[in-house]
Amino acid sequence: MITRCLRIAAMTDEEVPLAIAEGLSKWYGRQLGCRDVSFCLYEGEVIAVVGESGSGKSTLLRLLCAELAPSAGKVHFRTRDGVTRDLALLGEAERRFLVRTDWGFVHQDATLGLRMAVSAGANVGDRLMASGWRHYGRIRGTAADWLERVEIDRARIDESPQTYSGGMRQRLQIARSLVSQPRLVLMDEPTGGLDVSVQARLLDLIRGLVADLRLSVVIVTHDLAVARLLSHRIMVMKDGQVIESGLTDQVLDDPREPYTQLLVSSILPP
Amino acid sequence: MTVALELREVAKTFIMHLQDGIQLPCIAGVSFTVHAGQCTVLTGPSGTGKSTILKMVFGSYRCDRGQIVVQHGGQRTDVARASPRQILGLRRDTIGYVSQFLRAVPRVPALDVVAEPLVAKGVGREEARELAGHLLGRLNIAPRLWALPPATFSGGEQQRVNIARSFLPDLPILLLDEPTASLDAANAADVIELLAERKRRGTTIVAIVHDPDVRDHIADTVIDVTRFAAAA
Amino acid sequence: MNAPAYNFAYLDEQTKRMIRRAILKAVAIPGYQVPFASREMPMPYGWGTGGVQVTAAILGPSDVLKVIDQGADDTTNAVSIRKFFVRTAGVRTTTSTEQATVIQTRHRIPEAPLSSHQILVFQVPIPEPLRFLEPRETETRRMHALADYGLMHVKLYEDIARHGHIATTYAYPVEVAGRYIMDPSPTPKFDNPKMNDCPALQLFGAGREKRIYAIPPYTRVISLDFEDHPFERYRLDGTCALCGATDSFLDEVIADDHGGRIFVCSDTDYCEKRRNDHALLTDSGHD
Repeated sequence: MITRCLRIAAMTDEEVPLAIAEGLSKWYGRQLGCRDVSFCLYEGEVIAVVGESGSGKSTLLRLLCAELAPSAGKVHFRTRDGVTRDLALLGEAERRFLVRTDWGFVHQDATLGLRMAVSAGANVGDRLMASGWRHYGRIRGTAADWLERVEIDRARIDESPQTYSGGMRQRLQIARSLVSQPRLVLMDEPTGGLDVSVQARLLDLIRGLVADLRLSVVIVTHDLAVARLLSHRIMVMKDGQVIESGLTDQVLDDPREPYTQLLVSSILPP
Repeated sequence: MTVALELREVAKTFIMHLQDGIQLPCIAGVSFTVHAGQCTVLTGPSGTGKSTILKMVFGSYRCDRGQIVVQHGGQRTDVARASPRQILGLRRDTIGYVSQFLRAVPRVPALDVVAEPLVAKGVGREEARELAGHLLGRLNIAPRLWALPPATFSGGEQQRVNIARSFLPDLPILLLDEPTASLDAANAADVIELLAERKRRGTTIVAIVHDPDVRDHIADTVIDVTRFAAAA
Repeated sequence: MNAPAYNFAYLDEQTKRMIRRAILKAVAIPGYQVPFASREMPMPYGWGTGGVQVTAAILGPSDVLKVIDQGADDTTNAVSIRKFFVRTAGVRTTTSTEQATVIQTRHRIPEAPLSSHQILVFQVPIPEPLRFLEPRETETRRMHALADYGLMHVKLYEDIARHGHIATTYAYPVEVAGRYIMDPSPTPKFDNPKMNDCPALQLFGAGREKRIYAIPPYTRVISLDFEDHPFERYRLDGTCALCGATDSFLDEVIADDHGGRIFVCSDTDYCEKRRNDHALLTDSGHD
């Protein structure tokens, strides 16, 4: 599969994929997490992974950033030097480097993605300091710029995220991830539990950033409206497997699989 | 004249799994050609597959059989066989689609809604905004509205934003689904003029238009899709 | 003749070897915390058992031992530990920094510069500099292994954001030999520069936490800071009321019932020497 993607890229002079999942499977003991997931992700592209609880979406995300080792299959990632590497062969130091620099994360529960005990500025400056930035003024200035970019009042830079609302915490997670200019961002239900208006604002922000920064995003969501708004391609998962995938509007407007049709028909009209 | 778009024996059947898998054949044997700079209008009663054909050309719907061939990046490409990535490329560079209604994204100002596809093509945001402004001006959307999200606009204003958005990137093929249905006569006339301009520049147009007046103004060819009705 | 009640310096020889092995490892990897099998000592945790075990392992019959606590030779802890070694090792003891070969200290480095035939043994409560930022031992070990120290600077950043300056005044984290980040024990930051390029061997023992670490002589030890908030030695702005020193670390002492305060040198030996030297000078002046 990987060679197929690379061969096609070479033949058609297309860009090489940023990430390739090949036959990814994960069992937790006898419990299936996900099975046989394969896809290519390109720069500037958003892929939504939709499905109900227990469909394997979150497992897939964790496999993509090598937080979990797969039971079978591989994940390849093209690092900034242009070399496509098998994540399983990376040392822990290299993996952590990617986590800190080239990958971003937005967790459903912001407390998992933030340091709740330190200020917002420290949260955003974290990756910078981890990469060796040693000028307080510059770190703080960059952090403040990013807060502004995600529409958080700069004046709140010294407050702890404990004082932030749910929507602000999600936006802070985004700022914290994007400060290192990652090329791949993984989002796990970023709008879960947020008020509708807050959701809209967050999705807007994500759309804008994806377009401006040419981010690649894999976003896990159970909300098809979010998928439609944000993603170019979609993968529908059920019971650990991808049962349908393709262009988002194609899959949602012209669903083929019974389960996809069920999902689509279950959306309440606005 | 060059052939810009060709459909060959395209067919589609919907399978409704939630209704015990009943099959609803929609269209079959759809074949027609559109040349560059020409406008083909699809007519027929509602439910006969006009929108379906447009959506298949745009790649929103899959087709069961047949080919949809366009000229893309110097190569002939079959939309029906194209990969998702290729379809995204087609939509970016070759085929534009004007839906009947604007899908209003909350909070994004009208100017940015219009500029977005151009920015996605790599044009700088400021330049794209400027060009978007020109087009909105031509469609009589007042500048004071440009900074507002279109969700609060009237139906006609929203549709004009929608049209501007699809027209801005100046793609070689334009698909239009009832573009002027929600517009008054004056605004409809402006859109017709825009279409005429584009045709002169070589843009290929396939449209669904109910209003006979509008149809007469823009159509070079009229196709009644009932002849493609699939046998039930 | 009575058989001695204790082995030399209390610990049995096997234990001493085990501790010496840990010390060798620590010296070979400057700043790295080496786990060791800390023994039950006849004083509770928190009273210097780590330092005592290190001292016991390196002490020889010809050594001269000085023990200080917060710079003073005459506090309870210093006196107890000194007596302990007199009783179990019979070594000579001294209050003079210059004459000692082994100096065990709690929370201060002596003012007088050390020489290459001296060993400084620190008593350490919490050896892990990241402990209060990252409570998980598994995680801090990884961070050290991968030199993943961003969190340390996050803490310093937070200090500046909250207080306008780095608020840590003691146990100020340092980078050793360009690799490991180390907690120098709760010595005041005033003492940090003394650890850099020091001719003496510096050993650190944490009894309760069971870790030993070391700074070999002439090692680069740099206090962490930011380019625009550089490390500053902090010292009370004052003069020692007893000896007139303006460059030593000072303790503030309540002198009377009205809350009157004076400053005195924390390092009692240093203060005494200065007073004696001054007395000699003035004496000779009067001759």
